[in-house]
Amino acid sequence: MSQSDLMIVLYAMIGGAIRVSTPFLFVALGECLTEKSGRINLGLEGTLILGAMVGYAVSYNSGSPWLGVLAAGGGGIVMGAAHGWICKLPKVNDIAVGLAFMSLGTGLAFFFGKPYIQPSAPRLQSLPLGGWSQNPQVQQALSVNPLFFVGILLAIALWWGLRNTRAGLTVRMVGDSAASARAMGVNINMVRLLATAAGGFLAGVGGAFLSLSYPGSWSEGLSSGQGLMAVALVIFARWNPLRCVLAALLFGAAGALGPSLQSIGISYGYHFFNAAPYILTLGIMVASARSKSAAKEAPRELSIVK
Amino acid sequence: MSQSPLPPRALALATRGITKIFGPMRALDDVSVEVPAGSFHALLGENGAGKSTLVKCIMGFYGADEGQVLLDGAPVRIDSPRQAQAQGIGMVYQHFTLVPCLTAAENLVMARAAAPAVINWRQETRGLEEFMDRMPFRVRLDKQVADLSAGEKQKLEILKLLYLDQRFLILDEPTSVMTPSEADEVLTLLRGMAERQEITVLMISHKFREVKAFCDGFTVLRRGRVTGGGDARTASVTEMSRMMIGETELRERAARESRGLPRPRLVLEQVCAEDETGRQVIENLSLTVGAGEVLGIAGVSGNGQAALVEVLAGQRPMSGGRLLADGAPFTPRRADLDRYKVFGLPEEPLRNATVPRMTVAENMAFRSFDKRPLAGRFGILSPARIRAQSRDLIRRYNVRTSSPDALIETLSGGNVQRAVLARELSGNVDVLIVANPCFGLDFASVAEIRAQIMDQRNRGAAVLLISEDLDEILELADRIAVMSEGRLTPAMAVETTSRAEIGRLMGGH
Repeated sequence: MSQSDLMIVLYAMIGGAIRVSTPFLFVALGECLTEKSGRINLGLEGTLILGAMVGYAVSYNSGSPWLGVLAAGGGGIVMGAAHGWICKLPKVNDIAVGLAFMSLGTGLAFFFGKPYIQPSAPRLQSLPLGGWSQNPQVQQALSVNPLFFVGILLAIALWWGLRNTRAGLTVRMVGDSAASARAMGVNINMVRLLATAAGGFLAGVGGAFLSLSYPGSWSEGLSSGQGLMAVALVIFARWNPLRCVLAALLFGAAGALGPSLQSIGISYGYHFFNAAPYILTLGIMVASARSKSAAKEAPRELSIVK
Repeated sequence: MSQSPLPPRALALATRGITKIFGPMRALDDVSVEVPAGSFHALLGENGAGKSTLVKCIMGFYGADEGQVLLDGAPVRIDSPRQAQAQGIGMVYQHFTLVPCLTAAENLVMARAAAPAVINWRQETRGLEEFMDRMPFRVRLDKQVADLSAGEKQKLEILKLLYLDQRFLILDEPTSVMTPSEADEVLTLLRGMAERQEITVLMISHKFREVKAFCDGFTVLRRGRVTGGGDARTASVTEMSRMMIGETELRERAARESRGLPRPRLVLEQVCAEDETGRQVIENLSLTVGAGEVLGIAGVSGNGQAALVEVLAGQRPMSGGRLLADGAPFTPRRADLDRYKVFGLPEEPLRNATVPRMTVAENMAFRSFDKRPLAGRFGILSPARIRAQSRDLIRRYNVRTSSPDALIETLSGGNVQRAVLARELSGNVDVLIVANPCFGLDFASVAEIRAQIMDQRNRGAAVLLISEDLDEILELADRIAVMSEGRLTPAMAVETTSRAEIGRLMGGH
């Protein structure tokens, strides 16, 4: 591998990290908020796929990709609110409900998405931030979708809000000690429902990014488990929105490994490198299960922690 | 601290003929209590006497079936703790109501009825510091509650009530998680505030020493009725305890046979253990328990005792050190527990020593179900023999259960305790490990269980008694060691030590 090949891989990885990380980031921020309130929504994988399909369909029919993004978020709100509502019923397990919603979201998306596999919808335009460079690889790597910046701003807002607003502190109270929150007159089911719905919105937006920006078309194999990996990512980020950004970039870079090696002609082990995010997920799950500081920062009401 | 700018606005509270019926039981029967403004009133009674029920009726957790609550002489209707709070009545519960992941400051701000939507931390911190300066005791504001000691949490709970401007404080055994000196500090300061007519305090307690030292009035409940009351400064301890337990004789120090120097049976060498987050909860703990003696470990709860019991029961791994039984290395596994005849009664036996959804007979057979005579030739279990054995144990240990086939979770606390004791004490015992064996039990069960422990000691077992109840330790132990922040003091013979010295050690001094 020559020097320039290495640079090409590096540029492709950076560009890939930014592109691939965006849906991870949105799902992870949504899941982070939901888990902070003491619930786990494993259904975000389904929400992600449904968001991708809804976003694509609305963009195709209306001609406005941003309307598609909003519609995808709306679909996510419905899914999240339904999850939150079912989980407040007595003796309902949030993980089981989440698995059901994963299948439901995927099924709905496949059912309604069939007619949209062929047609081409208007995509989200990327911002060309690489204009200063003559290098086409740099230009391509730095053609960034605005949603990436929205995600980073959201992460900062979420991080700030969880410490500095009444709503944020209420979510943390509910997630850490439901008994205390109840004693203060907080309606914990409502807080969790809203947190799950907001998490669903973000996951839906993440889905719209998949179909409207990168890879940029609607197909049934679009998500390939990113919604589930985002759950692992939240644990890795120890429920901190800012660390979610770093973790999403890491996952994105891992996901870009296979394609970027292919771009310089290394197709040997292509499928193995494509599996990098999954291997990373597994490694992170093992490492964080052993991590004592992660145990300390986990919201105490989470059903996997209790 | 001498000058407190709190205006003298203490509230007077009285209950008139409160009656509360749970199913067939009259938990409270015509209870009238008078707490004048600015007084420090004690509510005394044994476990189950109705103290908690009474304060829960006052706080609006339960609706009383009859009777009323008067605040400053006027009848008030309180249907929920929120309404009680709005009237200025606040309560510190035995379990904490603080949120562990928030800091002290965040907990205080969020406790306000109207916390601002966006919190200006600079301004809030300044306000809280000013509040703390006016308060008689303080807690670090920027510390996460999870990192506070139990005593500090209790202080923060009290501060929270004062921060919310509650002028009638109900404290439910506030000092049970504090060291004696911490308890004295907090109670002295609260008493000072009451004397200045800033607050009124109603304290649930069963520590006569505190009641004598800090309270002015007291009321005694027994089986849901008021059995007495008066001026705590003039009434004698004997009078108070007679009101509490009726005409039953007060317990003597348990009978004991003295013998020569004991042979070491259970030895812990430099044992260390960590909690789930990697914090060290036991540090280099060494002790020796000899045959025929009781070694008592005193200490305020939450200083590593629970972890110690878990280590000895095999529920928690050691991060260092070793255990010896009869001089040989010992791992708390079933085979070693059997070989060295180590038995135990952990605290909360329903959670730690039984399977709640299995029958009494099955639970009683846990130590012996797979051995002869309960199991047959090829290790085939015999339910009939398991049941027969439990019938015998139920009779000998006086376990009240509807049948050996009842689920053990349906038994009362004292009977679960007896069932576990029956299982653990029925064979030859060389080492016995007991933790808070009498917590939450009625008077008769307490005497019985302590007699059983003493009996094992007299028969030559090495007994390690870990208890938060200092009186229990003084009654049973031959030697006493004190646990504080995961460390253990050297053991002292009970004759050479005093309550004051133990109290000092409990505080880590």
